[in-house]
Amino acid sequence: MTDVSHLLQLVTVLVLAVFVGFEVISKVPTTLHTPLMSATNAIHGIVLVGAIVVVAALFGAPVHGAWLTTIAIAAVTLGAINVFGGFAVTERMLQMFRRKEGPRK
Amino acid sequence: MTATQTIFALLDLLAISLFIIGLHYLNAPPTARFGNRLAMVGMLIALVVVLVGTLGIGWWAIAIGIVIGAAIGIVAALKVKMTAMPQMVALYNGMGCGAAGAIAAVELAHGVTLDPVVAVSLVLSATIGAVSFAGSLVAFAKLQELMTGRPVTYRGQQIVNAIVALAIALLLALFIARLGDAAAWVYPGLVAAALLFGVLFVLPIGGADMPVVISLLNSATGVAVAVTGFELSSPLLITGGALVGASGTILTVAMSRAMNRPLTNVLFGAFGAAGGAEPAATGKQQNVRSVSVDDVAAMLAYASKVMVVPGYGMAVAQAQHSVKALADQLEKRNVKVLYAIHPVAGRMPGHMNVLLAEANVPYEGLLDLDEANAEFPTTDVALVIGANDVTNPAARSVKSSPIYGMPILDVDKAANVVVLKRSMRSGFAGIENPLYELPNCSMLFGDAKASVDALTAAVKEL
Repeated sequence: MTDVSHLLQLVTVLVLAVFVGFEVISKVPTTLHTPLMSATNAIHGIVLVGAIVVVAALFGAPVHGAWLTTIAIAAVTLGAINVFGGFAVTERMLQMFRRKEGPRK
Repeated sequence: MTATQTIFALLDLLAISLFIIGLHYLNAPPTARFGNRLAMVGMLIALVVVLVGTLGIGWWAIAIGIVIGAAIGIVAALKVKMTAMPQMVALYNGMGCGAAGAIAAVELAHGVTLDPVVAVSLVLSATIGAVSFAGSLVAFAKLQELMTGRPVTYRGQQIVNAIVALAIALLLALFIARLGDAAAWVYPGLVAAALLFGVLFVLPIGGADMPVVISLLNSATGVAVAVTGFELSSPLLITGGALVGASGTILTVAMSRAMNRPLTNVLFGAFGAAGGAEPAATGKQQNVRSVSVDDVAAMLAYASKVMVVPGYGMAVAQAQHSVKALADQLEKRNVKVLYAIHPVAGRMPGHMNVLLAEANVPYEGLLDLDEANAEFPTTDVALVIGANDVTNPAARSVKSSPIYGMPILDVDKAANVVVLKRSMRSGFAGIENPLYELPNCSMLFGDAKASVDALTAAVKEL
């Protein structure tokens, strides 16, 4: 049976995170919407952490089939593309927002 | 909880905090880069914690995945053209939910004892992940022009979609009711139905609405990741996913609002789907005035205020650097050059801003919709570069127009309007633009980059 208090803790975390997400993001100007979408896209790459845990659990088990191993490695690969690609693209976009010196009227 | 576990939990908390603070700094252009860096550091901490925490079990498998994934991700991110950014985000988004789906598949097959919470979250994350994965790939294909960017519609489409959605709901109910004792076909059937739904759902949505869809899918992936967090009992995943789910929702709503259409209309009311009759290009000949490069150059050079109105045409032609060069020439002649950025110009909100920033246009010169509309009455020349639907005055007056009610840039209020366009083809909404027939409007046909380069050269000669 599920530990109800543990589940409640997780639900609490979820609800608070949703509120923080609304608050922290609702103030972004249109200018930054694309970089923002890209950055949040990279942040949901946190799923990579889950993928790593799953691979480790799989290898920790006495037997693990080749198929499952392949899928688990694929999960890590996809997660890594999401994280590294996402942050790299965001960084590239934001690099362009650097303020250039020079007169501007 | 051992001391090590406590430290790990605290480090995860630090990582989450860095995500939130990073997002906060992403609110303003001057601090945005710092914000992204903070989020990166947060991600790095989270990864180090999990790598140390798993004690190197299966390290080679993890290493293979990370190295391949990082290589693909980084190389693609550095190689991609700035114009292709939106579909890149769609693609990375697809990868993220693919990962969530794969995790669910492994967990299921791995023979979890199926604690009800795990079972429910597992099947939910797989379903949401599959919808978002398939949807992202279709969005990518549409924007990359691997398939038509126009809405794909057919008779009874809504009914087909409703049936597939109903099938998903039934299979979900079946799975949850039997909690793991469900027949072996239920889970694959569910994933297949979810993939199908992702495709069907995005097909009828046109290219102009793609930003809304990508944002929605981004949000969906966030939700899938948060649910994966319940599957693995990880507050880190729950928080990260929930943050993105919330942000994606906000962005999606903001974008629909910018188009003055309820979200349901964007998602289910594909342009031209209702009634099956295409309101699109009637083929009627429009009376337009075509002008030469020299005429436009003189008009620009002797103006005191020029407003550049960029659109997807500028992005496609990679004309942003040429536009900046033209603006530099004009500024040398003391012409004030401003940029009017429609919230949905291009394929993503901020798409134009990013492109112009790439060309070193200072962001202070970029005006948003309201600011720009306040400037048009005192503008001498509005230079429309590859934008169409966002300048269509029909949105203000023609009730039957599919874009009626969408806030537009009032370029027709400027003394002169010059439209740089490849041809008289209609925009993404597939409708004619009465702007082109107005007496103060003239057309300069040709590739945006070639036209702007020619204008720059002509202004230089004056």
